[in-house]
Amino acid sequence: MTTVAVLIDHRDGEVTRPALEALTLARSLGTPVAVWLGSVPSADAVALVGDYGATEVRVVDAEMRLAGHAAAALGAALEDADVVVVISTFVTKEIVTRLAMATGAGVVVDAAGAEIVDGRVETVQTVFAATWNVRTRIHTERAIVGIRPNTTQAVPADTPGDAVIVPVTVDRPATRERVVAVEPVERGAGVPLAEAPVVVSGGRGTGGDYALVTELAELLGGAVGASRDATDEGWISHEHMVGQTGTTVTPALYVAAGISGAVHHRGGMQASGTIVCINLDPDAPIFEISDFGVVGSLFDVIPQAIARIREHRAG
Amino acid sequence: MRILVTVKHVPDLQSQRSFTGGRVTRTADDGTMNELDEHAVEAALQLVEAAGEGEVYALTVGGADAVVAVRKALQLGVQHAIHVSDDAIADSDVFGTAKVMAAAVRKVQDEAPLDLVITGMAALDGLTSMLPTALAAELDWSQATLASAVSVAGGEVTVERHLADAHETVVAPLPAVVSVTDEANKPRYPNFKLIMAARKAPVALWSLADLGVDPASVGREGARTVVVDASPAPPRENRVTVTDTGDGGTQLADFLIEKGLA
Repeated sequence: MTTVAVLIDHRDGEVTRPALEALTLARSLGTPVAVWLGSVPSADAVALVGDYGATEVRVVDAEMRLAGHAAAALGAALEDADVVVVISTFVTKEIVTRLAMATGAGVVVDAAGAEIVDGRVETVQTVFAATWNVRTRIHTERAIVGIRPNTTQAVPADTPGDAVIVPVTVDRPATRERVVAVEPVERGAGVPLAEAPVVVSGGRGTGGDYALVTELAELLGGAVGASRDATDEGWISHEHMVGQTGTTVTPALYVAAGISGAVHHRGGMQASGTIVCINLDPDAPIFEISDFGVVGSLFDVIPQAIARIREHRAG
Repeated sequence: MRILVTVKHVPDLQSQRSFTGGRVTRTADDGTMNELDEHAVEAALQLVEAAGEGEVYALTVGGADAVVAVRKALQLGVQHAIHVSDDAIADSDVFGTAKVMAAAVRKVQDEAPLDLVITGMAALDGLTSMLPTALAAELDWSQATLASAVSVAGGEVTVERHLADAHETVVAPLPAVVSVTDEANKPRYPNFKLIMAARKAPVALWSLADLGVDPASVGREGARTVVVDASPAPPRENRVTVTDTGDGGTQLADFLIEKGLA
């Protein structure tokens, strides 16, 4: 039987939706065991993890800020695991790299899915700005998979189990690095960009005015994104940047407003479910990858779309 | 201040990127130095300039064409170029690449110790961002990754990191592996004199034997992962583009409503 350890992504003590996606994927690979780094989770959090199929929540009182510490904690908690599943972020990629160096496991990050084929894990992912699909086989007995948010539909287990907390102690390894300052990023009420089911992004065409983009994002229950142009102009903070060097998103719906669609941007959003765009320039490359495009001004199109959606919902 | 910068030869972003037999297709024609590595070169040059002394090495690992990456670094102003090339390296995973690079770093250190290895935040072909961590672990050096600002003082490197949930300041003792983001600096343009000089500058060509690396531990044989299939993604079907003549917003909304997305 394959034991699949899932590093539970949590924020302010709450289990995130990507964590439930990871548990759902883990169930398709074997028997999930949850690993929680941080202070002891609430009963609600443990119950939720149980609903998604984990029977154990292994809790290690460690924090994630230094990859060396987090990898040691994770390693201690999953000694018996054949497969490790994490949500792929810049932070977890470093943690699993350390873990792989320590254990000899093979790693694929930024995967869109995984399955077991002839006793080994194979992953699928998109590369080159989602223009190619790649299948990778992990040869090693132990496999680590980093999956992108929104690539697996989170579904509770048929028979929700009672998850129990199993404390794990680990000697904090000596690390030479020191985190000397941490300044939390102010976050709006909505879900973070990487996890959002809908992303509405504004670029140069906004001229720096994000009111309409924000209004549409809120209406659709999504997060606000931006192009590199817009963050470079200082119109909106770097955390909003969608692109190869910012946040990569794969929402069910991506709305690009006033964004031309340079390759750097496309690399961060082209694997989205449905893509729509609004742009004054009919030759903008964003139209080539959009399911529905409007050649026009976002200042005309967005208010009308908002009104139509409100009317539909009221109707 | 002695710094080694790793640079990668990748297909140009604007070219038709593809796979051939499970490998990224790389040619000299549409290949270039990974754009994000320009920020690593710039960071190294600035640190040496700030220190008032020192030298910068550019290291690339790859086939014959990969030399274009270190030539670009020479154009930007690095003093030394190293190209590690060996048929046995092909198809290495990140751990194999890190092993080869670590061996090259040690060989440079035979002359005199290095203070820093600086890398880009990711290679724009693979985008995994795992190499800096793997290299730090392989060298057993401290690491300070995803730096949007870098400074060195008192035997330590200090970096600012802009992560999704927080801005961090991390201090690491030297020697350290640092990766820099595209926020860290604005790369300089090569000047004519350096472009001319780079053409003639020597590039050290090292094999695995020169580095004392067992060929079986790297390349396809040593890789923990292998690409078993690569195929072009099918284009999006039934794409619709309309020109707004007064009801573009309504049409857009109706599309979303019909799709169940609004």
